[in-house]
Amino acid sequence: MSLLSGLLRFRSRDLPCQEVVEMVTDYLEGALSPADRRRLERHLAGCEHCTEYLAQMRETIQLAGRLTLQDLTPEMRTDLMDLYRQWRTEG
Amino acid sequence: MDADASLVRRLRGGDEQAFADLVERYHTSMVRLALSFVPSQAVAEEVVQDTWLAVLRGLGRFEERSSLRTWMFTILVNRARTTGVREARSVPVADAGPAVDASRFGPSGAWAVPPEHWIEEAENRVDAAKLSELLRVGLDGLPARQREVVLLRDVEGLSSTEVCEVLAISEANQRVLLHRGRSKLRQALESGLGGGAR
Repeated sequence: MSLLSGLLRFRSRDLPCQEVVEMVTDYLEGALSPADRRRLERHLAGCEHCTEYLAQMRETIQLAGRLTLQDLTPEMRTDLMDLYRQWRTEG
Repeated sequence: MDADASLVRRLRGGDEQAFADLVERYHTSMVRLALSFVPSQAVAEEVVQDTWLAVLRGLGRFEERSSLRTWMFTILVNRARTTGVREARSVPVADAGPAVDASRFGPSGAWAVPPEHWIEEAENRVDAAKLSELLRVGLDGLPARQREVVLLRDVEGLSSTEVCEVLAISEANQRVLLHRGRSKLRQALESGLGGGAR
């Protein structure tokens, strides 16, 4: 183990990975205290697995945002436009 | 908000196409959200139809203090809650497990079984249909309250403030539900895509 990775390992020891994965959402939401945010970022700088984990959470959010739910069926579309016309005649 | 204002103006003016666009954009999302509260697809469809009618009838009273979609989703959730037998399907927040299974960490809390790589796979290799299917199944597998938050926040793109307003929950509660839901969705993607193509 090089001196550097030994140091990084030592520095990341104060925050276990298992705790990091529970802080990720608060981190992304900007809801961590400045002190916790610094601890988390210090950990990330020395931990490739947690860095990967954070990237995967970001990717999950992006993919969810691109998800299109099923299209409207023609029957549904017709029903809803009937509903609209019904409303128009209400007055 | 400006796009909203012009849409509301067109709707009030009786522009049928404006309603058609709104329905096209939101109907299936609303059905999916309603399904969190009610026991069947048929009931969910009914609740959403009632919601559309309430939206049309309420347009005159809509004051644009919230966005159009927040207002619509709020009407939907209130109706779905009243209709639904929610308790049968929901899981209390406290019962939710950890973001990552405890067996993947060693005694010190460091990764023992680190995250498998899958981002590259999702972006470049897997086809869109398989990816959508994975996400849909993942979403459907979430406990109802987590699914509601993830649908509104991540799929529909509402802000945290809007989600809290629609679901009538606190910011802190919203964050916990979002955290659990997103973590499970990440796990579903890892399980579906991880490992294979490295």
